[in-house]
Amino acid sequence: MTALETSGTGTVPAAAASAAAGDAPHTPVTPNPRKAKLRMWAELTLFLGPALVLFLTFVVYPVISAARYSLYQWNGVEQFSDATFIGFENYARALFGGTDPATKSAFMTAYTEPFQAAFSHTIAILVLSLLIQLPLGLLIALVLNRRFPGRASVRVIMFAPYVLSEVIAGIMWLIIFDPNGVATRLVQAVGLNPPAGGWLEDQTWGFWTVFFIITWKYIGLAVILFLAGLSGVPQELQDAASIDGASWWQTQWRINIPLIAPTIRIWVFLSLIGSIQLFDMVWVLNQGGTTGQYSTIATYMMQIGFFRSDWGFGSAIAVIMFLLSFAVASFYMLVVLRRDNADRPKKVKQA
Amino acid sequence: MTATSSPATAPQRPVSPPHRRYAKGEKRSSDRSVYLSIGVALIGVAVTLGPIIYLVVGGLRTQQDLSTNPTGIPDPIMWSNYGNILTTDIFWRQAANSLLVATLTTAGVVLFGTMAAYPLARYRFRGREGIFLMFTTGLMFPLTVAVLPLYLLLRDLGLSGLPGLIIPQIAFGLPMTIIILRPFLRALPTELEEAAFMDGVSRIGFFWRMLLPLAKPGMVTVGVLAFIASWNAYLLPLLLLTGDPRGMTLPLGITTFQGQYASATTLIMAYTSLAMIPALIFFLVMERRIVDGLTGAVKG
Repeated sequence: MTALETSGTGTVPAAAASAAAGDAPHTPVTPNPRKAKLRMWAELTLFLGPALVLFLTFVVYPVISAARYSLYQWNGVEQFSDATFIGFENYARALFGGTDPATKSAFMTAYTEPFQAAFSHTIAILVLSLLIQLPLGLLIALVLNRRFPGRASVRVIMFAPYVLSEVIAGIMWLIIFDPNGVATRLVQAVGLNPPAGGWLEDQTWGFWTVFFIITWKYIGLAVILFLAGLSGVPQELQDAASIDGASWWQTQWRINIPLIAPTIRIWVFLSLIGSIQLFDMVWVLNQGGTTGQYSTIATYMMQIGFFRSDWGFGSAIAVIMFLLSFAVASFYMLVVLRRDNADRPKKVKQA
Repeated sequence: MTATSSPATAPQRPVSPPHRRYAKGEKRSSDRSVYLSIGVALIGVAVTLGPIIYLVVGGLRTQQDLSTNPTGIPDPIMWSNYGNILTTDIFWRQAANSLLVATLTTAGVVLFGTMAAYPLARYRFRGREGIFLMFTTGLMFPLTVAVLPLYLLLRDLGLSGLPGLIIPQIAFGLPMTIIILRPFLRALPTELEEAAFMDGVSRIGFFWRMLLPLAKPGMVTVGVLAFIASWNAYLLPLLLLTGDPRGMTLPLGITTFQGQYASATTLIMAYTSLAMIPALIFFLVMERRIVDGLTGAVKG
């Protein structure tokens, strides 16, 4: 190993040196260029093959299938060849009750309204995450960004909910928010009334309870990411600001927050995608609520597709969810994250 | 070896200079504002740990005790709640299944991901950026989108049980791995490669003997992410591992247990606590890696 390293920086045979200096790829020394090319493609197949086969078979093909199923009326039980092709009718049902006037009002109740409810809950979670979790996470990170006894442990503890499985966290909160559970007892103990219909079952409180649980689960990631960003801000800048008489707030607002902006943008990206695809946690919490009072797009898709055997419609919902996350992610990557990525290590320098 | 592994850490986030940061600031910053930080820290820890401790302690209660005395010290202390779970084989089978699935998934993701990331980072060929872009978009195909057709595909292929779980999980873990590893492998100096080739080492030899050891930090990071994702996975097991609880992974086992013993809340609490603690400790030890990985995934 050491021999290889030293020969890399030491004297280099002329022929190989010229090959390396040009724009040509670095290739092992082989006499025959055609053979070398063949060899490279063989290596590419060897290295890329397994990943490509797995990815195309188990990710790309199912996604394309979902797009195809979404054009059919299909219950998933009968052969797919027997399914009825109905064009974009499933999408029409999701969005405005379908094109057939005879069934329109029935489909409005059966398909459109629950979908719109699920869609609006997902968007509400997406927006509220940015409005509540972002400032809260930032504030906690800024306050914790100083030396005090036990800081390292606090950091790790606050990260714990994030690595906890959604199932465990969900069941834990399900027990706590049981109508006769400890949350009710604690609220009564301070003289307040718990939500009339139960924490999760209540039509308005249900959503907020779930949002609280989501915030508990995912705020740790924001705090940890922001703290990691803050540890890269040079202390000299903050010292200089405080010498100039800046208050704590001014220092945070003018120096720390702008300097960790790339980290904040990364968190926003993760949060957007995560909100759109939120499933496990809400599914464990009574599958989106008994009347769907806090259903998300993903839980609604599972309910209608898998458990009510309407695979065509379920697939249409899946495609809508994909398009939404694709649109949001592409927009965010192109518009917001582009400048952060501009300085990434492009290419290692050539000799 | 230490000299060669230092460039490998280059693409990761800059490490803070710890001694410098605090040495000066600490003395000057007023002592009172430290109490604000400590106060916020205490509230944060209480809100985070409170429910978890409630769960673990609740596993020691009787059902009666839970409803009359939910926040006090358990009376009587029911060690048998935990004991009974640990002496049945279902819990251990499920833990073993989870461990097996997570380990094999991680191995597959890291092996195939690194193999794919290597040419995408260091070869030049037509279609390279296209293939990379395809894997990147894969990050936006969540399992939820593909799960219904995937279920059918696995049924048609005759893949059921744990293998039916592992193989798709590897496939869905690849995008993240490749996205994190590509810039990492790219940043390794080209001189290494030139030197190795000059000494007559083939690309495959270079991959095995030099690249893999150098890429170890990156591989650990993606490995930890893949392990956690698999260990916590719920949706795919929910569809695939129906029937015998002995064949389930832990998350699905917990919800099945919850369904069976719906009225025995304290038993559910004990079961959930047992499933939680070892993984939680392991993941928290790996906290740094997870954060590096997540920031790397989006930045890369």
